Amino acid sequence: MSQPAITLYRLQACPFCERVVRKLDEYDVAYQSRFVEALHSKRDAVKRVTGSRAVPAIVDGNTGVTMSESGNIVEYLERTYGPSAAGADEDTATAGGS
Amino acid sequence: MDLPFDVVGLGAADHPTEGEQAPDFRRPLVTDEFWEDRALSELTAEGPVLLVFHPMDGAFPATYMYNELRDRAVDGEIRVVGCSVSSPYEHKTLIEDREFDVAVFSDPKNGVAEQYDVVHDLDGMTGVAEPRPAVFVVDEERVVRYAWVAEEWPEFPDYDELEAALDEV
Repeated sequence: MSQPAITLYRLQACPFCERVVRKLDEYDVAYQSRFVEALHSKRDAVKRVTGSRAVPAIVDGNTGVTMSESGNIVEYLERTYGPSAAGADEDTATAGGS
Repeated sequence: MDLPFDVVGLGAADHPTEGEQAPDFRRPLVTDEFWEDRALSELTAEGPVLLVFHPMDGAFPATYMYNELRDRAVDGEIRVVGCSVSSPYEHKTLIEDREFDVAVFSDPKNGVAEQYDVVHDLDGMTGVAEPRPAVFVVDEERVVRYAWVAEEWPEFPDYDELEAALDEV
């Protein structure tokens, strides 16, 4: 089984992360959750990917987009996978979530 | 070790043996940096795996098993993955403390041990079960190439035998 194209870096019980999860679920976009260190200074795995230690962060293999900040991410998801997304791509919007 | 009394026996286990397919499962797999759901089959697709079931992190058999595997540099020979009922947070501490290249599945409900028939119901800890100490060498086809499961509590793998088995995969 192949991994979903979207990786979500998240922290348990982080409300900003849950906000992104809700949006992914709303649009039925499959994603792989990576839970990271609570301690900000130890989140090098995230920093290597996004340049910042902030979560949530997503890496979207469908579009090559990497971004942090829940507000930005939600806006990006709406634009890319929302009902009014230009040419909503059925292939990338697979059911599930994990 | 010679003790002047009988060690507690765990009885025979009906676990997968050499030549049989290792049951597949998906659980959070903890690395030194994050955890994410992974399936055993995804790991074996990339190469052979040594699957190590161990008591909860912090119990001395878990420490001893990892220390021995580290001292024998087994992580240089094969991808090593552990499995215990401890949480991802405890696994992160274990990985840091043992200084050994390992990722560990977190299985608090012990379902993987049930799949492998290596369940150990803990005396004196009501409602808590964990895996018996056990090691399985699983190849790219997810076929068991070597299996050892504790039949006493505690009991440790025959590491020489394990290393000999690693030479065959």
